[in-house]
Amino acid sequence: MSGAAKLALGPVLYNWPAERLRDFYCRVADEAAIDIVYLGEVVCAKRAPFFAPHLDAVAARLARAGKEVALSTLALVMTEAELDGVRALADRDDYPIEANDISAAAMLAGRPHVIGPFINVYNEATLAYLAANGATRVALPCELAEPAIAALAHAGTAEIEVQAFGRLPLAISARCHHARSHGLHKDGCRYVCAEDADGLAVETLEGAGFLAINGTQTQSHACCNLIGEVMALAEAGVGCFRLWPQDIDMIAVAAVFRAVLDRRLDAEDGRARLAALAPDLPFANGYVHGRVGAALVAE
Amino acid sequence: MTTELTTLELVCPAGTPAALRAAVAAGADTVYVGFRDRTNARNFPGLNFDRDEMAAGIAHAHDHGRKVMVAINTFPAAGDPGPWRAAVDDADALGADAVILADIGLLDYAARARPGLRRHLSVQASASNPAAIGFYAAAFDVKRVVLPRVLTVAEIAALNRRIAVETEVFAFGGMCVMAEGRCALSSYAAGQSPNIEGVCSPAAEVRFERRGGRLISRLGQFVINDVGEGEAAGYPTLCKGRFVAGGRASYLFEEPVSLNTLAILPELMAAGVTALKIEGRQRGKAYVTRVVTAFRAAVDAAARGETVTSDLAAMTEGQGDTTGAYGRAWR
Repeated sequence: MSGAAKLALGPVLYNWPAERLRDFYCRVADEAAIDIVYLGEVVCAKRAPFFAPHLDAVAARLARAGKEVALSTLALVMTEAELDGVRALADRDDYPIEANDISAAAMLAGRPHVIGPFINVYNEATLAYLAANGATRVALPCELAEPAIAALAHAGTAEIEVQAFGRLPLAISARCHHARSHGLHKDGCRYVCAEDADGLAVETLEGAGFLAINGTQTQSHACCNLIGEVMALAEAGVGCFRLWPQDIDMIAVAAVFRAVLDRRLDAEDGRARLAALAPDLPFANGYVHGRVGAALVAE
Repeated sequence: MTTELTTLELVCPAGTPAALRAAVAAGADTVYVGFRDRTNARNFPGLNFDRDEMAAGIAHAHDHGRKVMVAINTFPAAGDPGPWRAAVDDADALGADAVILADIGLLDYAARARPGLRRHLSVQASASNPAAIGFYAAAFDVKRVVLPRVLTVAEIAALNRRIAVETEVFAFGGMCVMAEGRCALSSYAAGQSPNIEGVCSPAAEVRFERRGGRLISRLGQFVINDVGEGEAAGYPTLCKGRFVAGGRASYLFEEPVSLNTLAILPELMAAGVTALKIEGRQRGKAYVTRVVTAFRAAVDAAARGETVTSDLAAMTEGQGDTTGAYGRAWR
């Protein structure tokens, strides 16, 4: 059962330069134990033009390597220009589109598509409605605990995807906190978000890691790590696990998850390997255990 | 030639039956309320209405020719839609003028089971563009959308030209920095979220600690602020705290200010907004009376094409206010 669970690479949430993204995806195509790759800009429309010229070539490269490619859309859509950008993606019929705002889901009605984790699917009725609208896969919000995840997987109306690794996207704003932290605004931001490949760490006044800033998005400081939970979630019917790309060896991260799901590696060893791959990122798994999201619950 | 200006509808918070009566007395056109459970996003201890109080509150408002909207704007739990559906059913049976909903499944239920009950789209649905609003209008015949606090006045004006439903905007009070309905900061730090439990920055997780003349406020394990003698402490809402980024401590997400649109009412009217929403169901009746009275006067003056200056400074957090996202420079 768990051996059938797929691994997805979430869209890169950070402002990585186009060159870096191309190199990253070439490695993913050649080496990664990844089934699904999401491409596209989710956080800030100002970044989209940098990768846009490379998108089709990268998608084709990944598809040739046997990866399922999905194109991701913006989470917060406020302006006509942003809506036009979403519509341009939604109009494509070559790759499935991930809707991260209900506007995209509306545009995709009647065609197979993915509902991303920025659309609120908390219960069976909403899941059923969006599945009837064409959603074939639904990535759940990070807040949900295991019983809710299992209930939604059990409903069987669409494939369920759970965020299993990476800094969790917790909030999005019209305001750019990254610019603000540099004394700037979204207009005239100088793309300072590009300076922080894993997000800008935010600490409390007593020096504890708390959050991370990524442009207009606020993330957890801790890296979600469900290596100890994916087997049970797969048994409960979760079909796919999303790994958010961090500034570490994501190919190796994917290999660890694949090995655990295939029962070639036990979760404890998997955890140790992930800790070695992400020495600067504390882990957390609180949400699925119904606890504070930042908590790390031992097995 | 005189121009006929429409009067903005004044939608006011009522966290208790006493606050409801105060809002009505102070001139609210409409009050919004919630049941005393997790079906609404102000699920704080001691707040909100049981079924009998709701019936009495609606009767009181209707006797004075005002309307009542019931917020059922959290996201129903998987495996347990009952409480939310019961809230919709009871709001209808008790004579509510509208329900304010966010969850797609619940909107679908309300539209099918209670077709005659007017449906408004909560800010928690995060519908910030014509296509998103159009989806809810087409699918569930929502008559009004409460706009997330992410759009500038110019963007709201453009939006109103594109959509057929009414818009309601936050006009005063506590301000979410993040797009509403899509914020997990509180559940990350303190284990309860606006979407699931109907709570942000829960009181049960708040700790104040005095240390060497300073007052440290904490939410869960995280220090939210640390103030000295004479500095106001404020409730540790987690996006309003001081944090360190790039080696510098600051009110990183937002200063401890409140939203105050008194100065831009004519712009909001010109932008085609139908209603102003005062935030504050967790506030007492004195606050409600003061704020609603001021906005009643302001809204009526604006409808006559006059300006009213009103000093609501004492009612705003930290004694400072802002027009928030309504001005582009806020981004």
